[in-house]
Amino acid sequence: MNDVKCECGHVNPHGTVLCEACGKVLDERDQSGKLLDMRYEGSARRSQTYNKTVIDKIWNFFSSVKVGVWLIVITLLASIIGTILPQEMYINLPPEVYYEQEHGWFGKLYYQLGFHDLYGSWWYLLLIAMIGISLVICSLDRVVPLYKALKAQRVTRHEGFLKRQRLFGINEAFDQGDQDLVKQHLIQKRYQIREENGDILAEKGRFSRWGPYVNHVGLIIFLFGGMLRFIPGYYVEENLWVREGETALVPETGEKYYIQNNQFILEHYDKEENKKFEKALERAGQVVQNYQSNVVLYERVSENLPGEKPELKKLKEYKVRVNHPLTFDGYSVYQSSFRSEMTAMSFSLANKESGQTFGDFTIDLKAPKSEYDLGNGYVVKILNFFPDFEFDKNGEPSTKSRVPNNPAFVFTMITPDKPKGETSFVAIRQTIEPFGDNVYKVAFKGIETQNVSGFIVRKDSSLWAIILGGIIFMIGVVQGAYWNHRRIWVQNKNGQIWIAAHTNKNWYGLKRELETILANTKLTMPEDQLQKEDDGDKEEA
Amino acid sequence: MKKRRLIMRTIILFVLAAAVVYTLYANFTKDHRQKVAEGDPAPDFVLVDMQGNKHRLSDYRGQGVFLNFWGTWCPPCKKEMPYINNQYHQFKDKGVKVLSVDIQESELAVNQFAERLKLNFPIMIDQDKEVMTAYGVDLLPATFLIDKNGNVVKYHTGELTENKIREFMEKIKP
Amino acid sequence: MATLSSNLLFISFILYLVATLFFGGSIKAKKEFNEKQGTNKWGKIAVFLTIVGFVSQLGYFVTRWIAAGHAPVSNMYEFTTFFGMALVGAFIVIYFIYRTTLLGLFTIPVALIVIAYASMFPREITPLIPALQSYWLQIHVTTAALGEAILAISFAAGLIYLVKAIDQSKASKRTFWLETIMFSLVTVLGFVAVSTVFSAAGYQEKFTWIDKHGNEAAVEYTMPAITGPNDWELVTENGFKPLIQMPAYINAKKMNTVIWSFIGGFILYGLIRLILRKRIAASLKPLVKNIKLDFVDEISYRSVLIGFPVFTLGALIFAMIWAHEAWSRFWGWDPKEVWALITWLFYAAFMHLRLSKGWHGEKSAWLAVIGFVIIMFNLVAVNLVIAGLHSYAGS
Repeated sequence: MNDVKCECGHVNPHGTVLCEACGKVLDERDQSGKLLDMRYEGSARRSQTYNKTVIDKIWNFFSSVKVGVWLIVITLLASIIGTILPQEMYINLPPEVYYEQEHGWFGKLYYQLGFHDLYGSWWYLLLIAMIGISLVICSLDRVVPLYKALKAQRVTRHEGFLKRQRLFGINEAFDQGDQDLVKQHLIQKRYQIREENGDILAEKGRFSRWGPYVNHVGLIIFLFGGMLRFIPGYYVEENLWVREGETALVPETGEKYYIQNNQFILEHYDKEENKKFEKALERAGQVVQNYQSNVVLYERVSENLPGEKPELKKLKEYKVRVNHPLTFDGYSVYQSSFRSEMTAMSFSLANKESGQTFGDFTIDLKAPKSEYDLGNGYVVKILNFFPDFEFDKNGEPSTKSRVPNNPAFVFTMITPDKPKGETSFVAIRQTIEPFGDNVYKVAFKGIETQNVSGFIVRKDSSLWAIILGGIIFMIGVVQGAYWNHRRIWVQNKNGQIWIAAHTNKNWYGLKRELETILANTKLTMPEDQLQKEDDGDKEEA
Repeated sequence: MKKRRLIMRTIILFVLAAAVVYTLYANFTKDHRQKVAEGDPAPDFVLVDMQGNKHRLSDYRGQGVFLNFWGTWCPPCKKEMPYINNQYHQFKDKGVKVLSVDIQESELAVNQFAERLKLNFPIMIDQDKEVMTAYGVDLLPATFLIDKNGNVVKYHTGELTENKIREFMEKIKP
Repeated sequence: MATLSSNLLFISFILYLVATLFFGGSIKAKKEFNEKQGTNKWGKIAVFLTIVGFVSQLGYFVTRWIAAGHAPVSNMYEFTTFFGMALVGAFIVIYFIYRTTLLGLFTIPVALIVIAYASMFPREITPLIPALQSYWLQIHVTTAALGEAILAISFAAGLIYLVKAIDQSKASKRTFWLETIMFSLVTVLGFVAVSTVFSAAGYQEKFTWIDKHGNEAAVEYTMPAITGPNDWELVTENGFKPLIQMPAYINAKKMNTVIWSFIGGFILYGLIRLILRKRIAASLKPLVKNIKLDFVDEISYRSVLIGFPVFTLGALIFAMIWAHEAWSRFWGWDPKEVWALITWLFYAAFMHLRLSKGWHGEKSAWLAVIGFVIIMFNLVAVNLVIAGLHSYAGS
């Protein structure tokens, strides 16, 4: 485990393949090949040189790109499974019912294997987490040695290094001014030039070598942002239903904000107004043009407890539409759905046979009264109110919820000729007379409905990390993909001029550039030794 | 040199592992996270009962409070109500207060319900679901046991037996 | 305006078709081909025609935008057409970097197939549902399509590589799979041909059937029913009686279309084989004999490098920003989102394999092919079969 001293005098860390300074091949095993493997500049990847303790072993596991690629591939395959059937959040039945009912035995198996919530499963999270770990360790293990190797490189390179570059040529004959001309051309092409003993190293685009590491940093920040969401309070997502005309507390705001829903608007495309869509509308039927809730946002200004009437200050009016959420103080309120709710039912008391009526009454379903006096001795009393009527397991009338989806009443009808009253059960399209034939009936007259807007209230305090990570990733990926690290060596060896060139990618571009650089000189274009070998080329990060 | 590397690696791996473990843990517990958990101070509130009396939770400091959330449409609520009523009579002179909060229903429905079951303890309607929101109640019936210092000692969802109710009231008796 | 728009698209389609012939001519006419040489006369005409065709298609895009009042990328027809246009655009850019007409000979036919496929969907201008009413529609969709198109160029280059590198003298796994790719492309044409024939004939028949919930439903076929729906009953007189009945949880109509496409594909492919008397890939081989393998390999890799950031930006980052505004969350594991992630993961793995495992040449070419299959799957299958929030109105 000793450092290796090269014949040029540079001391390299153990495991180095190519001398960081002069490029001489240090690793004996690598003497055989015709061309050098220039990945990571032949620097020592530490992971592979220390492998004693458990920590080292774990480290080395995650440091392997092979492992990284496997993790990506496994994640990819797992993600595919999750798209076969709809995930839990996109179905509107209980999952234990939905999968079997809609997709038979396959659906049942899918549900039993836990694929209904695949992306929230512990093992999928673990896969993502392992990719994150792999990103951190792979990058650390490569960027440090690469940085050192690129920093330590000298201008004058070992013969073996130059000879075994993919683009290499020897010039016996040349003019005196050729080297200066080449230098001028290199400067025109924006190369950084370093000279030593008349040798030239021209380099450009080195920063593109950092691209992969920059984008990995971006990804790590992004994943960190994703992790922040799990901290309580960092991520809030709540459903909020507000009836037209009502004011509701916005949940998770610390009882601070209230929203009043003035109106819900649903608009469809009109064939007459939109002639251009006429054909499409004929095919599709009705197409929704707009979902909108006109709301007022209030802030509570009084110090009051839950249950006490708060004093509110109007902050702003807003039209919440799809794509146009209302935002305030880190919260966003989205238009997500709507429903129509019954608010009132009207009836009239009538004689069953003659049809003669004795007065109308309207029941406010949110606050029904216990009796409705119709005058002249006619009174209707509510014995029982079932807002969401059903017969329960024992066959008794009951209510499923407090929402008036299917209101039903048990009325007592008190009339001058029946002072004790007659009992009648009235539901929508249904009348039952539990105690035999009645003389009177409560006839259904109509309903009033009201829209209820469904909102999603969201607060995401991890967004900054997601955005920052995304930006850094894009910078890194562009940096690595759209620029190339090119190096050209023009060196004097044994009275000849040796030219070698290397790029991490886009050899075609490098060759075209070399042609213009060597123009008007006697120097010949270096040969592409790979095309001589003709067995595919090699690039590196 | 080698030792320093080992320490560095250990620290980095430890930080990464901690992050992963925390995330997995948070993912497992996210469904069970309770807004007002046992040991937390009970959020104060004011509600008016069906007789028009104002009840402020903090006024009952020094007594135990049996706080019950319910609705008339919920069968288990209906079942446990008479038991609560019985135990309310047993414990009302022993410093245990029963506060029963209906979620956003009409007065008619609540009154009829209370009459039918002959309930005597104070019943109030949480008209705007503010108290329910403050306590993070999701499933009904939900019962909070609040001790004489105003702290939640127990949170229970689901139907209660009469024994359980007695045991609970014993627990918060000052 | 709408008529002008369709005419411009038709003109561009014809121009691409003619350009393909000229691309073919440019390869044949060239005796000594290598990367340094300029393009010959045939090739120049081909590129010129391609550019004119592209401009014409841009004209289609702009006029349709004006007619509709929104970017024409809002349904299957519009998106797929745009993808075809992006493919041509990406080719033009790559052509001016590498100056090889051979790439055109492989790319433009793919673009033609894509545009022909697009025209099988309802072509009328459709109104935007509220979720799509955002300027992110044009930003997200066009960038994503452009990224996918550039990535598709790597497929074309990979195809050239495989045609050249694979030994056609004897049948092997490699020749089989290469031929499968060719067959798939022909099958798309088969779908186009069959749909066109039946719609020209005005064929339709109606069924009533019982869905998986036991309810009676009606369905209208536009091709003779080979597979009938569950418990079908023919409503149309003299309609074609289904040969096989499908269970309720399979969409029998879509299944029927798929079967017809394969029938069309098999007939077309059989005809081609009859004329060529050898595999399609084998008969393409003489066209690619003058190109160097590592040169196409570089084009393929370079396209991935150029396309990957564009794809990330369009299909993931812009997508997240818009999803955040429209659906209240930037990521929701909708099938389309997941498939964009899968595409992204795939190309990420591709690049890592190339960089560190040295998967160059043929392996890399096969990966480029798989990448294109994933992109096509996301475009076709996810919209039509898996659906989800991104499902377009097209059927």
